[in-house]
Amino acid sequence: MAITMAQALNTALHDAMAEDDKVVMFGEDVGILGGVFRITDKLQERFGEGRCFDTPLAESGIVGTAIGMAMYGYKPVVEMQFDGFTYPAFEQIVSHLAKMRNRSRGTVQLPVVVRIPFGGGIGAVEHHSESPENYFAHVAGLKVVSPGTPSDGYSLLRESISSADPVLFFEPKRRYWLKEDADLPVRTEPFGRAVVRRAGTTATLFAYGPMVRTCMETASAAEDEGWDLEVVDLRTLNPFDSATVVESVKKTGRAIVVHEAQVFSGFGAEVAAQVAERAFYHLEAPVLRVGGFDIPYPAAKLEEFFLPDVDRILDAVQRSLSF
Amino acid sequence: MSDTKMPLDLDPADLLPPAEPVQLLDDEGTLHEVDGYPLDLKDSDFRDLYRYMVLARRVDKQAINLQRQGQLGVYASLLGQEAAQIGGAYALDQQDWVFPSYREMGAALVRGVDPGKVLHLFRGTWLSDHDPHEHHFGLLSIPIGTQALHAAGFAMAAKLDGSDLVVMSYFGDGATSEGDPHEAMNFAAVYEAACVFFVQNNQYAISVPLSKQTKAPTIAHKAVGYGMPGYRCDGNDVLATYAVSRKAVDRARAGGGPSLIEAVTYRMEAHTTADDPTRYRTPAELEQWKRRDPIARFETFLESEGLLDDAFRAEIDEEAQAYAKRMREEIYDAPHGDPMELFEHVYADPPASYAEQRALLQRELDEHGTS
Repeated sequence: MAITMAQALNTALHDAMAEDDKVVMFGEDVGILGGVFRITDKLQERFGEGRCFDTPLAESGIVGTAIGMAMYGYKPVVEMQFDGFTYPAFEQIVSHLAKMRNRSRGTVQLPVVVRIPFGGGIGAVEHHSESPENYFAHVAGLKVVSPGTPSDGYSLLRESISSADPVLFFEPKRRYWLKEDADLPVRTEPFGRAVVRRAGTTATLFAYGPMVRTCMETASAAEDEGWDLEVVDLRTLNPFDSATVVESVKKTGRAIVVHEAQVFSGFGAEVAAQVAERAFYHLEAPVLRVGGFDIPYPAAKLEEFFLPDVDRILDAVQRSLSF
Repeated sequence: MSDTKMPLDLDPADLLPPAEPVQLLDDEGTLHEVDGYPLDLKDSDFRDLYRYMVLARRVDKQAINLQRQGQLGVYASLLGQEAAQIGGAYALDQQDWVFPSYREMGAALVRGVDPGKVLHLFRGTWLSDHDPHEHHFGLLSIPIGTQALHAAGFAMAAKLDGSDLVVMSYFGDGATSEGDPHEAMNFAAVYEAACVFFVQNNQYAISVPLSKQTKAPTIAHKAVGYGMPGYRCDGNDVLATYAVSRKAVDRARAGGGPSLIEAVTYRMEAHTTADDPTRYRTPAELEQWKRRDPIARFETFLESEGLLDDAFRAEIDEEAQAYAKRMREEIYDAPHGDPMELFEHVYADPPASYAEQRALLQRELDEHGTS
């Protein structure tokens, strides 16, 4: 059956809340509206206003109260309405959500999931298309997850909700309508496991979230050039599956990391460093990074010039091959 | 057009704090009953309040001494704020919770938390060493006012769970300028959560006086903006801080929702042991507040009631010395734990990379030792 990413995520929330009455969902407009992307559709209707509720418009308040609810014994799933509105919650995420377990010597666990629709490509107004995942990948104590397929959307969200550790869950909003043949409930590989989406020999494209699909399209287009590209979906940035990354590089000898976020100090830098540290002698060319330019996210009519696409990735493959 | 009437079922005027802070004991220690703030205390409660205040002062002094002796990196004293902290926490039941800032040694004592354990944060042996669930006392929170949201969320959870427990969040006057206490009070009010926000207005945020924090008539007035009552009391009068807290706690437990208490007090010591208050306040000001000492005032009252005799004083003194001794034993030259524990508590399910980093640290320890 064909399901979309949005349906997969919504079903994951329904199933998790049905299975465990400690799971609660809250955020801005997640109640009767079902979220601006409808990811929380009908949760309030089914589980009541106690377990799925709209909050005042305050992101720090959402994450901070989720911490308190988790200390009490609930498993809050909260929504940041858009990537660019995560920043007011930064302090609660970094100073408390990530650190409380360590600070308390393990006596306080915070099983909180912060869902964040992220990335561009939908022609949105300023602050609605950002890729802040690497701010959080840098923070010890958090898990950072980003599904690239509907079945991963379902499975990784279920795993996030049952995780004893706090999870920042980055939903690729331009892929909410991406379809896949799958039957729910589905369980895919667990956290910390990258997956080879397309096996190849010429070079490896590493991606997560929205760029997985773009990389698959790139691999198809590359066939015309006679290139057989491997696509590895990283799935979870933390924990990071260096073993699968290294294995792929050992096979292809060429690594290109792709993400929407600006290249400078982005997650691609971590992947490049991991490859350099662990697979140096297997590299035929320097690791290349393909991403957004090192500028603020542009206005909607210009985003196509900012975002990595098939051509920009193919260009990088060409550079890698001609090194 | 939507309804333009105020949605409150209360007249905003009813939420306003009184013109003068509620005071039950005047500066001379004479009791004056105040309408609406009945005292439900027995003689044993009066003695307990006194006992906690004296213990808090002794524990505080011991902590400062430990810092002077190089045993603590830093310490934030509560001297002068004993009545404010203890009157608040004393109004809580066993099942209730406290979410403290970093200056709440007095509240910690009332909750039964071992003060020596709390000091590990300041010694730097670990970031905390008490289990919040054991005494219903949260971890000391250093980022200003951030714990108010945890308190609000905890109270929201309790309500959802059908519990009638009450949560008290402490923070200071400076924190009222931060966003998190604002969001916390707003959330608690919207969800009618049983959360009491207890502000110890000690007049300064390090060096910055209250007049530079807010133009509000008083901190308690801010409550009206959230649709909750604002209470204001003499923070150096333990009977006032208790009576006001009693009212707020009872109201919350009965389902009446949150409230804001402003206890007007004064930080007699420096902000922390690293601070030099002579740069921003005058000896005259200090002298004026010294005359309003919360313990001396309560002593006068207890003596007049015949509740304070030499035997009781000696008993408390002995207990205070025992506390101080336990703190010294807990903290003096306390070693840090096994460095390998650094990896132990970050995640319930740690990433694979920790294996390599553990191995690196272990090699370093093998080569250079653990000290």
